[in-house]
Amino acid sequence: MASGKKLHSITALFKSPDEIINAAKKTTSAGYKKFDVNTPYPVHGMDGAMGLGQSKIGFVTLFFGLTGAAFIFLFMWWSFAASYNIVVGGKPFLAAPAFIPITFETTVLFAAISTVVGMIAVYFKLPDNSHPLHDTEYMKAVSGDKFGLVIEAEDSQFDKVKVSEFLNGLGAYKIEEVYYPEKEEFRMFSPKFLLFLGIVVIATCGTTYVTLNKAMYVTPFDWMDYQDKLVAQEKSNIWANDEGMRPPVEGTVARSDMPYPYMGQTTPTNVLVNPTFPNKEILALGKKKFLTFCSPCHGNLGDGNSRLNGQFPNGPTLHSDKIINYSDGMIYHIMTNGQNAMPSYARQVTRKERWAIVDYIRVLQRAQNAKESDLQAVNKESVSNVQN
Amino acid sequence: MSKIESGFVKKNLPDKITKIGGVLLAAGLLLGIAGFLADSYRASFAYLVSFLFFLSIVVGSLFLVALEYAAGADWSTPFRRVSEFFAAAIPLLLLFVIPLFFNTTDLFKWTNEAYIKSSEMLQAKSAYLNTPFFMVRVGGIILLWILFYWVITSNSRKQDISKDQKLTKKNITLSVIFIPLFAITITLVAVDWVMSLESKWFSTIFGVYLFSGVTLASLAALTFTSIKLKENGYLHSAIKEDHYYSMGTLLFAFTAFWGYIAFSQYMLIWYGNLPEETFWFMQRWEGGWKYVSILLIVTHFIVPFFALLSYEAKTNIKRLKFISIWILSIHFLDLYWLIMPSMSKNGHAYSFSWIDFVYPLIFVGVLIIVFAKMAQKFNLIPIGDPKLERGLNFHL
Repeated sequence: MASGKKLHSITALFKSPDEIINAAKKTTSAGYKKFDVNTPYPVHGMDGAMGLGQSKIGFVTLFFGLTGAAFIFLFMWWSFAASYNIVVGGKPFLAAPAFIPITFETTVLFAAISTVVGMIAVYFKLPDNSHPLHDTEYMKAVSGDKFGLVIEAEDSQFDKVKVSEFLNGLGAYKIEEVYYPEKEEFRMFSPKFLLFLGIVVIATCGTTYVTLNKAMYVTPFDWMDYQDKLVAQEKSNIWANDEGMRPPVEGTVARSDMPYPYMGQTTPTNVLVNPTFPNKEILALGKKKFLTFCSPCHGNLGDGNSRLNGQFPNGPTLHSDKIINYSDGMIYHIMTNGQNAMPSYARQVTRKERWAIVDYIRVLQRAQNAKESDLQAVNKESVSNVQN
Repeated sequence: MSKIESGFVKKNLPDKITKIGGVLLAAGLLLGIAGFLADSYRASFAYLVSFLFFLSIVVGSLFLVALEYAAGADWSTPFRRVSEFFAAAIPLLLLFVIPLFFNTTDLFKWTNEAYIKSSEMLQAKSAYLNTPFFMVRVGGIILLWILFYWVITSNSRKQDISKDQKLTKKNITLSVIFIPLFAITITLVAVDWVMSLESKWFSTIFGVYLFSGVTLASLAALTFTSIKLKENGYLHSAIKEDHYYSMGTLLFAFTAFWGYIAFSQYMLIWYGNLPEETFWFMQRWEGGWKYVSILLIVTHFIVPFFALLSYEAKTNIKRLKFISIWILSIHFLDLYWLIMPSMSKNGHAYSFSWIDFVYPLIFVGVLIIVFAKMAQKFNLIPIGDPKLERGLNFHL
């Protein structure tokens, strides 16, 4: 061996797990600190024989696990409850139960990744991922069926001759010296490895691109992307101006749509006549639609006492003389056309429903301004109900 | 006193143990009858909590035995007898269930005809929730457990003498059959005894919830008893901290599992926010129950989780013994929390009562007596088991 090379360690090979356990015990008791054991599979009891304590990697896991939990919980708190409040499913902004699954996942993610990265970084001494023991006969043997022990030259007791004798005494069948490579090199940055990485990146991206953008659209698997039809806004050469879409004929009306002749007039001279007869069914419909669309402003009883009172332009009472004296058509007109702050409800409420609401408003007006005669009529009705 | 080749020496447990069990049983019976005379309504609920606590330990132990066979585990072989001895109390379930059969009208709202008529949902459920079918179900399930207990453990005992390896194979087959049956029966137990207390409530994960508690309780009972036996020199001398580390790991795993299941159940109901599901949790968040619920989260999940997290906690058997007793008591609290709020809804204003805590005495006493009797008759270690040697030499 060339004397200019720096000695890394002396390695010894053994043939059975019992021998290696025994050798590790003796090496420990001889006082060597910087030594390691390589076996083709985990040998039980080796931790004790080598005098190893508990691995400290658990603390890395714990620390990063808690970091992950804290990070994601604060992140969710900040984004949902502090920075920009969004109501999700009617839950509180800081919806802790909903955050817990994500917190759990992130804890596991941080803990797992930090454990792997921490282990690789500490044991491989990144970025130097090569080790003098790599590519030696020793490493080949212990990756197969032999058991190896390495005493490193950095150990304070290290002496080349003594260590060789010591290992011989343990019953090693082969002893070998391992030297550092002549010049230090980071194999991670060697052109060969970088070229390999580059090829992998290009191959992965290329395959993905070709699969998703080309191969998936090969006939007949083109997902019906190309069809002989005109999509909206597309050009067409059938017509001279190349427009694919044709405007509807003048005066076209949408299905089930009825033009309202007095649209846009604030004080119409003429209004429609109520086409409905206020029976039970119509009034039930009117009540339902009134409570949905009118009551938020005009109140459940139409008296203007709504829950939006004070937060919004007040809906007036519907029991004023002015409105009582309005014709049915006029009330219908206000709903259809809108008035003052009230917008048109023609889009939300159909014609029939609007008339039903008119009928229901009439009911409310009569009920809220009941006269003695009304009371008598009700009494008479309930008496006849009882008799029936 | 016979020594076998593995080095196990059979010693008799001191008579003191049977005496302790007898005193607990006698005190429990006396106080239990007094409690029943004082307030029979409350007593039937308190008895149900303790009955399920007992059921958890004995049936869970049979499950642990089956699990060992089915999984082919070596390390737990030296402890299998401890679980088998606990499971020996399964036939007593037939006796202990009788008082509950006499009180079904107090316990279950679905026995009330007028209440059923008030709701269409209950009428639809009454095909399942009616007294005759209920009794058949409960009885059938207990008989099934007794059958499997009998076949599996008698095979295991026969092996002590014959050392026949075929018996292990037989038990593996039986265990593989038993485990799915256990999953179904424990779900039915959860539905029949706990969920049906609130006849309108439903949660599909509830069986798994009870299962996690049952397994945790039986593991804790196993851990506590085997540590106690080991400390006093009744178990094999080769059993070391590696074995207890594995037990601690299982306790840790099932603590996490309980937390996972309990949270899954809560979160889905909380998120869905359907009144027919949420009322159950609302009951447990009203008045003083709020503090019991918080206590349950802290003591059933957070404390055992962090207590069992480190390597030291699992290998230090003193600490492990303490945690296993802790988990057993918390399982009782869990059952208390599941069952008692349903009672307070029936017009009884809620407060703690001495009646709630007398019935566990009966069941703990019975468990101790049964265990001591079994330990007298049979070896504490399955000396004929082919896996025993490997189990004793277990290394992490």
